[in-house]
Amino acid sequence: MNDTAGSGGGVKLKIDGVAKNFGGVRAVSGVSAEVQEGEIFAIIGPNGAGKTTMLNMISGFYHPDDGSISFEGTNITETKPSEIAALGIARTFQNIALFRGLSVLDNLMLGRNVLMKTGVLSAFMYWGPAQREEVEHRARCEEIIDFLKLNDLRKTPAGALAYGLQKRVELGRALAAEPRLLLLDEPMAGMNQEEKEDMVRYVLDVNQEWGTTIALIEHDMGVVMDISDHVMVMDMGEKISQGTPDAVRADPKVIEAYLGTTDHKEVA
Amino acid sequence: MFHRESGYFKTTYQADMGLYPLPIARYAIVAIAALFFILLPAVLDGYYLSIINLVAIAIVGALGLNILVGFTGQISIGHAAFMSVGAYTAANLATKLDLPFWLTLPAGGAMAAFIGILVGIPSLRIKGLYLAIATLAAQFIIEWIINHTPTISGGVAASIEMPRPNFFGMELATQAELYYFLMVIAVIAIVGALNLIRSRIGRSFIAIRDQEIAAEIIGINVFKTKLIAFGISSFYAGVCGVMYTYYLGVANYENFQLITSIDYLAMVIIGGLGSVLGSIFGAIFITMLPIVIRLLMETFGSIFIDDAALAQVIAQFRLIIFGGLIILFLVVEPDGLAKLWQNIRNYFRFWPFSY
Repeated sequence: MNDTAGSGGGVKLKIDGVAKNFGGVRAVSGVSAEVQEGEIFAIIGPNGAGKTTMLNMISGFYHPDDGSISFEGTNITETKPSEIAALGIARTFQNIALFRGLSVLDNLMLGRNVLMKTGVLSAFMYWGPAQREEVEHRARCEEIIDFLKLNDLRKTPAGALAYGLQKRVELGRALAAEPRLLLLDEPMAGMNQEEKEDMVRYVLDVNQEWGTTIALIEHDMGVVMDISDHVMVMDMGEKISQGTPDAVRADPKVIEAYLGTTDHKEVA
Repeated sequence: MFHRESGYFKTTYQADMGLYPLPIARYAIVAIAALFFILLPAVLDGYYLSIINLVAIAIVGALGLNILVGFTGQISIGHAAFMSVGAYTAANLATKLDLPFWLTLPAGGAMAAFIGILVGIPSLRIKGLYLAIATLAAQFIIEWIINHTPTISGGVAASIEMPRPNFFGMELATQAELYYFLMVIAVIAIVGALNLIRSRIGRSFIAIRDQEIAAEIIGINVFKTKLIAFGISSFYAGVCGVMYTYYLGVANYENFQLITSIDYLAMVIIGGLGSVLGSIFGAIFITMLPIVIRLLMETFGSIFIDDAALAQVIAQFRLIIFGGLIILFLVVEPDGLAKLWQNIRNYFRFWPFSY
């Protein structure tokens, strides 16, 4: 399985004919896509198009009814979320899911939980290896705190922060796991222009400096068209278009999905 | 303690992550240790030491329950049953195999942890009130099994006489001798809990409490972690049961019934959920309250009621005051005594310039 990852032109994530139903609702049907190594891949579409369901299936929260998903050549279709996280996929949530009672620092440390090994007994004693591990990971978390400019907030409870900052901390928690694929579910939702610009800069920095592959859902078209290498457009659970931002923008199907059908022959 | 952080700068992460990062806090700990290990045993007589012994035992149990309820967010109304598992395991090992306390303590804890993990298995699927009922069922099942299995319970009265702990040939028989024995275990339990909470394991407990879905997504195996929490928590409960058995000199299931489970829940709720300090405060509060009420009523009660009726009234009135105070505390400070303490500390941090 692993040789396909290398020889397949750096396909990071391969989604093949994936479908998911909730009762009678077809949330996603027959979607295939490939996310290339090192790119920013955007999923867009109107509300209820199945974008978040897609992301939930990649992160293992749902398992597809049909089709398969593979990450770096490993089939993760039926893998549990906690194991997928250990493979190197991290994500953020549309509605922030931080550990509100914990400090920013502890939230980031939890992001590194998958990379830590301390067992119950050594944690109980907090000696030698357990302490060394804590300090080591603390140092890495501090790098992320520096990167996201959260320095003065590291000991503030995450729940006490403003919305935009919480989004940033959530990004930090995902980054702390040192993922090779980062899934962002509407990272800029509900932000003002300045916060959006900050967030875009962080996303681009993560992509360019750390080489992390990013798949994101976003409604702000300006942002999507500016930063992504490839865009997939979904509507009613189906993929209706995919390509570079410019190609997608010109696709009449996309325009139809967003603006609705009209009686006019020429829409654009 | 009341102290200010200014003027002390940490230069390593290790220093910043210490349990007591400030020198003044370390001095305070040394002072408290000196108070409890040198001063109190020298000035107090057996009766008062026995009360502190009870508190030390309760601290271990409350810490265990708080790890489960306060830190991991899984409720248990069956903790007294886990204590009885520890108590009977230790009593059987000590009487039948002549094992010393440093083997019966961990063995009792381990057995309780095993049973606790079994009881914790439903916690993957059921939460909150439903889990409460499941653990309540465990309380009655374990109680019944112990009571009806003579090989475990030691016969008709379901009680086993426990030999005194033997420390290098010295038998710890009096309260003063037991005092150090129980205090050392309590201190180990406190430090261990503090360490657990600030390490990877404790953080994943809190993650499950705060956001179970997010915990799973960031790579925490929720089921396994919940079982670890049940295991550690019941281990503490088991050790608490063994301590109590050594303290009383007898293992008897009547000391570990539903009312005891409720008492311990009251300790962690009044002390403060999700706080090690809260567990200690709660254990002190719930253990001391009936004793203090009784002493006060014996002293001042005769002003209102004649001596003959007093004994009868005290027993009833104690429960009323006990219940009333619990309600009062919950209304005044729902986050428990630990939060109250924190508020006082925060006030004095900037005192007298409180702005």
